Amino acid sequence: MSAPLLTASGLTRVFGHGRNAVHAVDDVSFTLGRQEVVTIVGESGSGKSTLARLVLRLLDPTAGTLALDGRDITALKGSALRAYWRDVQAVFQDPFSAFNQFFTVRRLLARSLRLSGATEDRGEALMGQALDHVGLSARDVLDKWPHQLSGGQRQRVMIARALMLQPRVLVADEATSMLDASLRANILNVLGDLRRDYDMTILFITHDIGQACYVSDRVLVMCQGRLVEQGPTDEVIFNPRHEYTQRLLADVPRLHDTTLG
Amino acid sequence: MSERIVKRNATSDVLTTTDSLLRATGLTAAYTVDGGEVVAVDDVSIDMRRGEVLGVAGESGCGKSTLGAVLSLTLRPPLFVRSGELEVDGRRLDLGPHQKPPRSWRGEVVSLLPQGAMNSLSPTVRIRDFAYDVIRAHQSGVRRDDAIERTRQRLEHLDLPRRVLDYYPHQLSGGMKQRVVTVISTLLNPRLLIADEPTSALDVSSQRVLIEMLKEMLSEEIIGGVIFITHDLPVLNIVADRIAIMYAGQIAEVGTARDIINQPRHPYSAALLSSVLVPEPAMRRTRVQGIPGAPPSLMHPPGGCRFHPRCGLVMDVCRDQAPPKVGDERRFASCWWAEQNPGQNPSQNPSRAREV
Amino acid sequence: MRMVRFTPRFWISAGVFLLVAAFALLGPIFVGDKLGEGVGGLYDPPSGAAWLGTDDLGHDIFTNLVFGTRTSLIIGLVAGAVATVIGVVLGLIAGYHGGVVEEALMGITNVALAIPGIVVLILLSVALDFRSIVAMAIVIAITSWPWTARAVRAQASSVKTREHLDVARLSGASTLNILLWDVLPYLMSYICMAFVLQVSSAILAEAGLSLLGLGPSDSVSLGIMLNWALVGESVRTGAWWAFVPPTLLLTFVAFTLLMLQSSLDEVFNPRLRRGRQRAGRPASVLTQVGAPAVDARSKEGSPGA
Repeated sequence: MSAPLLTASGLTRVFGHGRNAVHAVDDVSFTLGRQEVVTIVGESGSGKSTLARLVLRLLDPTAGTLALDGRDITALKGSALRAYWRDVQAVFQDPFSAFNQFFTVRRLLARSLRLSGATEDRGEALMGQALDHVGLSARDVLDKWPHQLSGGQRQRVMIARALMLQPRVLVADEATSMLDASLRANILNVLGDLRRDYDMTILFITHDIGQACYVSDRVLVMCQGRLVEQGPTDEVIFNPRHEYTQRLLADVPRLHDTTLG
Repeated sequence: MSERIVKRNATSDVLTTTDSLLRATGLTAAYTVDGGEVVAVDDVSIDMRRGEVLGVAGESGCGKSTLGAVLSLTLRPPLFVRSGELEVDGRRLDLGPHQKPPRSWRGEVVSLLPQGAMNSLSPTVRIRDFAYDVIRAHQSGVRRDDAIERTRQRLEHLDLPRRVLDYYPHQLSGGMKQRVVTVISTLLNPRLLIADEPTSALDVSSQRVLIEMLKEMLSEEIIGGVIFITHDLPVLNIVADRIAIMYAGQIAEVGTARDIINQPRHPYSAALLSSVLVPEPAMRRTRVQGIPGAPPSLMHPPGGCRFHPRCGLVMDVCRDQAPPKVGDERRFASCWWAEQNPGQNPSQNPSRAREV
Repeated sequence: MRMVRFTPRFWISAGVFLLVAAFALLGPIFVGDKLGEGVGGLYDPPSGAAWLGTDDLGHDIFTNLVFGTRTSLIIGLVAGAVATVIGVVLGLIAGYHGGVVEEALMGITNVALAIPGIVVLILLSVALDFRSIVAMAIVIAITSWPWTARAVRAQASSVKTREHLDVARLSGASTLNILLWDVLPYLMSYICMAFVLQVSSAILAEAGLSLLGLGPSDSVSLGIMLNWALVGESVRTGAWWAFVPPTLLLTFVAFTLLMLQSSLDEVFNPRLRRGRQRAGRPASVLTQVGAPAVDARSKEGSPGA
C-alpha cells in the first residue's frame, strides 16, 4: 500500500477553558489513502463536524498535526492556506445555508475559480464541465439565484463547486443528510463515480450508518470526541468490536429483519 | 368511552368487527398564492383502529405535514380546509371552510406533536411552568399545583425522572427533551396523537427510546392511536402497524407495514423503498438508484397519475387518466399498473426509469 | 433574494417623512429669504402676513420653522449616517471575528454605553467654540453609535453560523471580501432599521442640546426655536405660537420615523414577526402547529420544487 495522502495525528480541539473546557475532538489519529472513501460515523455531539472543520483548516487544532502528502499543513496561513484549499475542498450539510442568497450560481462558482487561477474562458469551461458531472446543465442553472433551485439541485451545485477545483480530498460533512432518500442515493452515486474520474479521496461524515455502509471503504466511529473503532466497512458494520459501535448498530432501524453478524 | 362496532364486508381483513378510532373522509386542504389555488391535501381518506400506529411517509413537499395539521385541527392561514369529515372515537366533526372546530377537541381528542417541537421550547421557561401553561390553555381553572402534580405522575408512570420538571430546556438532552414534549402534549389523554417527524432530529438510540415510550402510552391507553409522519421508512418499519404512502397531496398506497415494506404494489412505494440505505450486507454489493426527477409543483400537478413523469412502469393510460384505487380502504394502491398486475411487486419488474 | 413586499404602513410613514423633507427643502423657495429679518413686533400673534406669528425678535416663525426643520433633518441624517457607519464597522468586525477582538470591541462599546450620553454631549458641545451643523451631527453620532454596534454584532454572529461563510473561506475569499459580500448583505435590513432609529434619536438629541443653548451656532433649528421661546419667556406671556409649532413638528417627525422603522421590521421579517407572536403564547405544543402552514407554502409553492 502506498503512503497515505492525508494523515492526522493526535488531533485535539478544546473549546472553552478551565472547568468548562470541552474536548470536542480528543487525540484523533487516522489516515486517508488515495481514492479511498473513508466515513466518520458518530451521533450528534460526537465531534465529527469539528473534526471535519479541523481537516479543512477552518478551525485551528489545540494540539496534533495534519499532513497532506507528507507535508505538515497544521499551521498554514494566508496564501499557503489558500493553496491547501485547492487540494482539499468540502460540501456541507445544509443546502440552504451553504448558499449566499445574494449570489447567483455563476458568481458562487467564479469566486471559487479564482483559487485555481483559471482564465475566464477556461473558467467558464470548468464550470460547465463540473455542472455536467453532477447532472446539471450550465445553461439552466448558472444564472439562477439559490431560491430558484430545489434542495437537490443546490446540493449538486455545491458538489460541482468543489469538483471544479479538482481537489485531491473532498470532505463531505453530512452532505446528503438533509436530502430526501429518493435523491440521496443518486448524489452518493455521483460522489462515488467522481472519485475514480477525478482521482479523488473522500472523507465522508455522517450520523447515518446506512449511508456509511453504502459508500465507504473504511469506517471510523467517533464517540464523545474520541475515535473508538476503525476498520474496513464490512468489519466495522457487520462485525463491530467496540461496545459502543455494537450498541449504535443495534439501535439502527432496518427495513428487513435480517439478523446480522 | 363509546365502543363503536363497525361491520365490514370481509375482504382482505380477517376481522369482521373492530373498534374504529379514526375515520377521516374526503380531507382537502388548499392555499391560495398569487391568485391560483394550490391543493396541498387532495381528497384524502384515512381509517384507523384503536391502538394502531399509522405511518405517513413520502418525499418532502408531498403534503404529509399539511395532512397532520388538518387532522390535528391546527391548520393555519394561508392554508385552509376546503372539505372533509372527521370521526374520532365516535365523535364527528365536519371540517368545512367555515366550520370552527370546538376548542375541546384540540389536545383532548386530537393532539399534535409538531415538527421540531423540542426546539421551540422557550429557553427561559422551566418544564413545569410549560406543563402548567399547556394544561391551563385547555382547563382554565386548573390549579398550578394540580397541573404540576399531574405532570409529575405522568412522568413517573412512564419512568421518566421527575426532576426534569425543575429543569430549563437546555439542561435536557435532545432525546429527553423530545420525550418530555411528547409527554406534555399527551397530558390530556388525546385519543389521537399526530406526531410530525418526531424522531428525525434524534440519534438512533433516542429514536428507539421515544418509540418504546409511544408504544407504552398506547398499551396503557394514554393515547388511542398515533399518526406518525416521517420520511424515514426504516423507522416506520419498527413503529408502524400500517403505512400510508403520500405523493403530491394524495395517498398512493395504504397497507400494513409488513405489506408495504415487503410487497409494495405502487411503483412509487417500491421506488421509495429501494432508495433507502440501511446497513445490510446487500447494500455493499448493489448500486442503489434513487427516483429520477423531483415531486411536482402542486400548483400544476401533472395530469393522469401524478407520479407518471417519474415512474419506471408508466403506461399510456397513466398519462391522462387518474388511476383507480386497487383494493379496499385498508389495503389499496392508486395505480394502473397495480390494477393490471394484481398482487405483484413493481420493484421486481425491470425498471425503465431514466437517470435524471 | 427574498421578495420584499412593502406594507401600507411603510408607504404611509415613508410618504409622510418625504412630505416633511419636502417642506424643509422646498419651503425656503416660498418663504424667500426672510430668515433673520424682522417682519413685525415682539410676539405678534398669527396673522395673514406672519402665518405663525413672530418671535421675541419680531422674526417670522413660519420661516424659522422651515429653516429649522431643514437644520434638524440634516443633523439627524448626518448623525444617523455617521453613527450607523461606526456601529456597523465595529459590530461587524466584533461579530465576525469573535474571541478576543469581540470582547475588546464590545468592552469599548459597553463603556461608551455606560457613560451618560447627555453629559458627553454637553461637554463636547461646550468644548467647541463654533458649532457647525456637521460638527453638531458628529458630536451626536459619537454618543449614539454603541446601540447600532451591539445590534449589528448580535446579527453578525448569528449570520456567522451559516455554512456559506465556510464556503466563502474555502473559496479563498479574504476577510474583508467576506464581511462585505457574505455578512453585510444579510444585515442590510437591520442596518436600515437601526439607521432610521438613529436619525430619529439624533433629531431629538439635537433638540435637547439646542434647548439648553448648545445648538449649532449661526443657525436655526427646531431645538433653537424652543430655546428662543424659553429665553424669550413666551410661556409666561402666553405666546403659544412660539413653542407649540416646533414641539409639534419634532413630535411628528420622531413619530413618523418610529413608524417607518416598525413598518420596515414588518417588511423585512414578515415570518419572524409571526414567529414571535406565536412564541409569546403559551401551550405551543398543544394548540399550535409549528411551521407546516408556512413550510408547505415555501416548499410546494416555489417554482423550483
